[in-house]
Amino acid sequence: MSKSHSHSATPGRAEEQAADHGDAKSYVIGFVLSVILTAIPFWAVMEGDFSKSTTLWTVVVAAIVQLWVHLKFFLHLNFVTEDGRASTFSFLFSALVIVMVVGLSVWIIYESNAMMMY
Amino acid sequence: MSSVPSSLNPNDAGGHGDSHDHEHHDTGGNTVFGFWLYLMTDCLLFASFFATYAVLYMNTAGGVSGKDIFELDFVAVETAALLLSSITFGFAMIAAHAQKKALTLTWLGVTFAFGAVFIGMEIYEFHHLIVNGNGPQESAFLTAFFSLVGLHGAHVTAGLIWMTIMIIEVARRGLGSHTVTRLSCLSLFWHFLDIVWICVFTVVYLIGAM
Repeated sequence: MSKSHSHSATPGRAEEQAADHGDAKSYVIGFVLSVILTAIPFWAVMEGDFSKSTTLWTVVVAAIVQLWVHLKFFLHLNFVTEDGRASTFSFLFSALVIVMVVGLSVWIIYESNAMMMY
Repeated sequence: MSSVPSSLNPNDAGGHGDSHDHEHHDTGGNTVFGFWLYLMTDCLLFASFFATYAVLYMNTAGGVSGKDIFELDFVAVETAALLLSSITFGFAMIAAHAQKKALTLTWLGVTFAFGAVFIGMEIYEFHHLIVNGNGPQESAFLTAFFSLVGLHGAHVTAGLIWMTIMIIEVARRGLGSHTVTRLSCLSLFWHFLDIVWICVFTVVYLIGAM
């Protein structure tokens, strides 16, 4: 991500630059993938004639794959460069906290709803 | 810990991103990484709004539910505008790293236009809901909906203001290393908002309209 790597041992500087900033090709690949991954869930909900659980899974899986596409091709998270690794690990830690915050809140509230209703 | 960037090495410290006087190597990297950490905390803010929405979305107080008010073709156009603005910002960054000032400004202008379309549509949607008696005060569902989508919209608006400032800065000062560092931060911010929007249209609009 940083512009100036004055002391990079591995890999080559050009490669590292590409990994950190991305080139036109990676943006275009990312864009095409994300258009497809946006179109699929919208189509599944608007036009698709699937059961509710199939639609739900389609939508959720498409969203998770699209998150990965954006992180890789637009935000250039990687395990190759030093900065890339630091950013990736801090993202993974945030993702863990988010899953806990959202998942556990939903779990607690739904359980308490269920207990109050019956 | 080997994963810590060299720029965090204490021997290398002393870099505040804004230091204009001394060219200190890796300052830009520090700034951008620090901004990334801020975005990760911003993620947590969004996460708590998502959790609130997930907990409250069924509490419609006898009023409308998501199924009644979400217009998916409208949301699809909003999504397209934001997605296009993401790739055009990518092209702006490529131009900036190649020191092509005019091209950078052009792509930033295009990105701004797509972002403005997105915000314009969101304001229209909110206005439409409120005049039809579905304002945020009507039910817990609508409060959570307006808070979550509005929080994202506020971020995008802040991004647009920041982008305006960057356009002026690039136009007047060119693409010096500090300016490119600031552009890199804005780029992260903008792509990050696109990621949040993926979660919004999935969790709120698509699942809500099912």
